[in-house]
Amino acid sequence: MTEQTLFFIFAILAGGGAIGVVILQDIVRMAFSLIISLGSTAGLFFLLGADFVAATQLLVYVGGTLVLLIFGVMLTASGPFRRIKMSTGETLLGAAVGLLFFSVIAFTVIGVNWQAVPSHREVATTPSDQSGNTSRAIGMRLIGIPADTEIGLHKDSGSPTGYLLPFEIVSVHLLVVLVGAAYLARAKRHESRDAAEGDA
Amino acid sequence: MIPTLADTATTIQSTLEGWKLSEGWAMFLAAVIHVTLVAGFFGLPAGIFIWAERKVSGRIQDRLGPTRVGGKFGWLQAIADGGKLIQKEDLVPADADGPLFRVAPYVVVVSSLAALMFLPFSDGWIAVSLDIGLYLMLAVMSLEVIGVILAGYASGSKWALFGGMREAAQMVSYEIPMSICVVIPIITAGSLNLNEIGAMQSGWAGNWILFNDPFTFITFFIYFVCATASCKRAPFDLAEAESELVAGFLTEYSGFRWSFFFLAEYASMFAVCGIAVLLFLGGWHTGIPFLDGLLDGPRYASDSFVYSWLTNLLGFTVFFSKASLLVCVQIWIRWTLPRLRIDQVMMTCLKYLVPISCVLFLGAVIWPLALSFTGHTTWGSPTGNRAAPTMRLESRGASPPSTSTLPLRQRPLAASDSNEEAGR
Amino acid sequence: MEVTLNHYLLIGAVMFVSGVVCMATKRNGIAVLMGVELVLNGANVNFVAFARYTTLGLDGQVVSLFVIVLAAAEAAVALAIALNFYNNHQTIDIDQGDRLHG
Repeated sequence: MTEQTLFFIFAILAGGGAIGVVILQDIVRMAFSLIISLGSTAGLFFLLGADFVAATQLLVYVGGTLVLLIFGVMLTASGPFRRIKMSTGETLLGAAVGLLFFSVIAFTVIGVNWQAVPSHREVATTPSDQSGNTSRAIGMRLIGIPADTEIGLHKDSGSPTGYLLPFEIVSVHLLVVLVGAAYLARAKRHESRDAAEGDA
Repeated sequence: MIPTLADTATTIQSTLEGWKLSEGWAMFLAAVIHVTLVAGFFGLPAGIFIWAERKVSGRIQDRLGPTRVGGKFGWLQAIADGGKLIQKEDLVPADADGPLFRVAPYVVVVSSLAALMFLPFSDGWIAVSLDIGLYLMLAVMSLEVIGVILAGYASGSKWALFGGMREAAQMVSYEIPMSICVVIPIITAGSLNLNEIGAMQSGWAGNWILFNDPFTFITFFIYFVCATASCKRAPFDLAEAESELVAGFLTEYSGFRWSFFFLAEYASMFAVCGIAVLLFLGGWHTGIPFLDGLLDGPRYASDSFVYSWLTNLLGFTVFFSKASLLVCVQIWIRWTLPRLRIDQVMMTCLKYLVPISCVLFLGAVIWPLALSFTGHTTWGSPTGNRAAPTMRLESRGASPPSTSTLPLRQRPLAASDSNEEAGR
Repeated sequence: MEVTLNHYLLIGAVMFVSGVVCMATKRNGIAVLMGVELVLNGANVNFVAFARYTTLGLDGQVVSLFVIVLAAAEAAVALAIALNFYNNHQTIDIDQGDRLHG
């Protein structure tokens, strides 16, 4: 029963925050609504037994990416750009498209009988992620060892070489992004100085 | 069985159910009571350290500090401060963004106090015991930045906005060397569970991770610097720089909302010093096996849990004293060193602390590898009196785990099998 | 009433659709970025839900870790581009970015 209550609390906050991002007009309020939504997603991850992913979501996404977004909001949302109004026609069209899209996805999801899918499993058969101990198992999977209970059950699940190559690629990717973003966002003062000298 | 605080919650719940409440209400009320107890306990460090700060700063400045409230030493000064702040006028500036202005202190307080939930105060005395406790603690502490930005923005004044932005930049930047410095004892210990890391450092003080290798020794000091910076303490306190920005992001806050920020600051100071004690300084162990095992006789003789509880109380006292000592060092540094400029703060982080911590990380990882050529992987037995963590395999067949599924440290090395076992 | 896979997939769908509508209708460049974050989060919820309720196992969680990291990287670059746009056009309204219009 706790699980259902907590699920509903987190689901309402996550969904409500997401819808709030769409509905609100003030950019700072939108950012705050997004924070609530992503924080509740971390709560959903905890409920799903993915404790490492949830902690990463809080640390990287909420504590890092959203802070970055808020910096962007502060730097660009001064004065007239705080609330950019949309025309009523656009709002209605957006809402209609959104509802249509959501109903398509919802009917698809509900239409599938998940119990009959052969890979479906009942919950609480993997004690490792029930006890909140996924960090070791995830680490082992990065090396390629499916170290939780799927040994003996599905020997061929999980990538046999692990996720080391994607890990290294992501590391290089982050380095490239770091250099690129720093270059793109550098302060460009020489152009204005040249323009001033051109006028003088 | 060592009673943890989580057990307290379940016993409260079962007591409430014994009084004929339904399961849902019993659980809810038990949670409320539990949270109130824990929050009341977590207000304690803040109360003590506010008094300690005023006394220590007074002495450093050659004066006495508070001497009137609660006797000669002003013990109850924190309570008097709290009382004064509660009865102040609740002021919200006209330009302020109302809801965000009101929410910001709560975000900061919640993140600081929630981080204390994952900190073990003694063996088993931990509110929420998770295998990723340390990681989650860092994650929750990083949510404080959001509150700071909100406070700076929602105050509607340019001093607050500048202070908030600078402060957020500083806190986010210092998370990097802090996380790297935290990872180093984690690799040494092999676990993210703070309870396990603390339990590993039992025995002589030489077992402390601080003395494991020279890299962890230096890491402690680097971590302490990063922790001081991330708590916005001087010399990194540009945000509250009274002489420059009025009061930074706190400018428009007065009365009880202001006290929330300071409650959060002292709580997070205690939290980061608690992490330092657990990761480096032996946690709740005194470092003298005689003192640690003082109650072992009656504990193992009688079956009552009172003696284990008393042992843990001793451990708690030791932990609290060590963490308080570190907080006093932070207070001492604040009143001794001048303030750094914001560009100096960022330069220290990005140009000095990050490369230093990366080099220390590399060293700490290579150290056991280099030592393995001499036949040991560690000097002495710094893992204390506890065996290395094994992979908990729970396959239904209960077959013995094959060696390839053991974590790497326990896998027999190709060349030096017996030497590895001997050095362990 | 038990919480099943459908519930989590629907929550993921709500976040995903909100993100798509946000990307499509907002005129503030930063708001479009927020939409992208919502889309990626909706997909993450799906991944982790499948990791729990099917034999996908921890692979779903590993993939969601990579998604989080890549989303952070992409947000950084996109924000740098948005800041450049703001510096060049003195506005963050992306409807004004039509100089390459045919």
